[in-house]
Amino acid sequence: MESFIHIIILSMLVTTAAAIVRVKDLFAVTMLAGIYGLLSASFFVLMDAHDVAFTEAAVGAGISTLLILTTLSMTGRFEKAAENPKSNYKPALALTLVTVTGALLIYGTQDMPAFGAADAPVQTHVVPRYLNDSATEIDIPNVVASVLASYRGYDTFGEVVVIFTAGIGVLALIMSTVSTAPVALRASMEEHVILRIVSKMLIPLILIFGLYVQFHGEYGPGGGFQAGVIFASAFFLYAMLFGLTAARKVVNSNWVQALAALGVLLYGSVGVLAMINGGNFLDYNFLAQDDVHGQHMGILFVELGVGITVASVMIIIFFTFSTHQQRDGEPD
Amino acid sequence: MEFLGLFNYWVVVVLMMIGFYIVICSNNLIKKLIGLTIFQTSVFIMYISMGKIEGGTAPILAEGVTLYSNPLTHVLILTAIVVGIATTALGLAIVVRIKESYGTVEEDEIHAKDKKA
Repeated sequence: MESFIHIIILSMLVTTAAAIVRVKDLFAVTMLAGIYGLLSASFFVLMDAHDVAFTEAAVGAGISTLLILTTLSMTGRFEKAAENPKSNYKPALALTLVTVTGALLIYGTQDMPAFGAADAPVQTHVVPRYLNDSATEIDIPNVVASVLASYRGYDTFGEVVVIFTAGIGVLALIMSTVSTAPVALRASMEEHVILRIVSKMLIPLILIFGLYVQFHGEYGPGGGFQAGVIFASAFFLYAMLFGLTAARKVVNSNWVQALAALGVLLYGSVGVLAMINGGNFLDYNFLAQDDVHGQHMGILFVELGVGITVASVMIIIFFTFSTHQQRDGEPD
Repeated sequence: MEFLGLFNYWVVVVLMMIGFYIVICSNNLIKKLIGLTIFQTSVFIMYISMGKIEGGTAPILAEGVTLYSNPLTHVLILTAIVVGIATTALGLAIVVRIKESYGTVEEDEIHAKDKKA
């Protein structure tokens, strides 16, 4: 039965991707991309990767769809066919290139270990140590959280910095220099009473769920990355239904920018604190009297830093895009 | 699940090539970015498929469970997804700026304007 679902989901992924190639209406393409994200999230659940599925469902099906739609409203809905006969686009050539590359890659897969093999190199290298020793060294049930925040804390710090930098990049590229939108545009969803009431009820639940994912991440699937995107989506929902002007009253953009930096700073400070206490950077064993307590504290604060930065950067990105769109004039 | 063999990896290759085709063959910058997303997701699927162990369960330690899927690939992909959306947003911001400067997001029209200038 599981193999059956497995094959169905993968086939649906391929079908969706093939449909994206053919469709010229970019609105439909965006919706298909959202479906693609949701399907891959379901696939990740099937592969026991619940933490990943959480993230992909929030990001692939939610936030990325929203951002692309906002961009579309500024750039136009339809893709033009290249009508110029001398154009550089030669589908036949591209198709040949893609087929040859694909064939080579499939030939390469012959050397891969079979799917699900327990003796594959990827399962035997460092992972047994994480699975066997994390119970005594870190003592939290979710191994993904302990690898993310403790064993591979340096990596995660790097990723958080990348996310922060991308947020700054978006701000630098399209931040509106005009401080206020000239006319307070009516919220586009104002007349949809049911949507408004239902989301009003949903928003607090989404926020609480975000906090749950953040602080329960050591025991179940969850953690800063997932919580950040879920938390931010509540603000997106509010902004979409009640308009940007109303949302700006809730979220002060200066504060959010400060919070984005604060999250990175919190992560870094935990590392520096470990150094002050005589350990290496991000060595949580030195944070408290005994090692396990130190690990718990370190992971808690580091995940909190990740959550704050991810949520703030997502809010910054969305607000910057939407403000730009409003200032830029009406969708065409 | 024996017969699945390398099926996952073939699907990954097909998805990757579809994404690749969209990136090189579409004229519209937004569609190119969506192609990149498909390409990116195919890599995620590859990693996660590699981490799955037959009969294993999610890597959350529990009593009476001895076989867990690989937590390391999950960590790598989980962070990659969030970094991916942040960089996609950066790409979209660049597209918006291109639209403002050139009045179009079609690649051949941008090249034509560049040649005129």
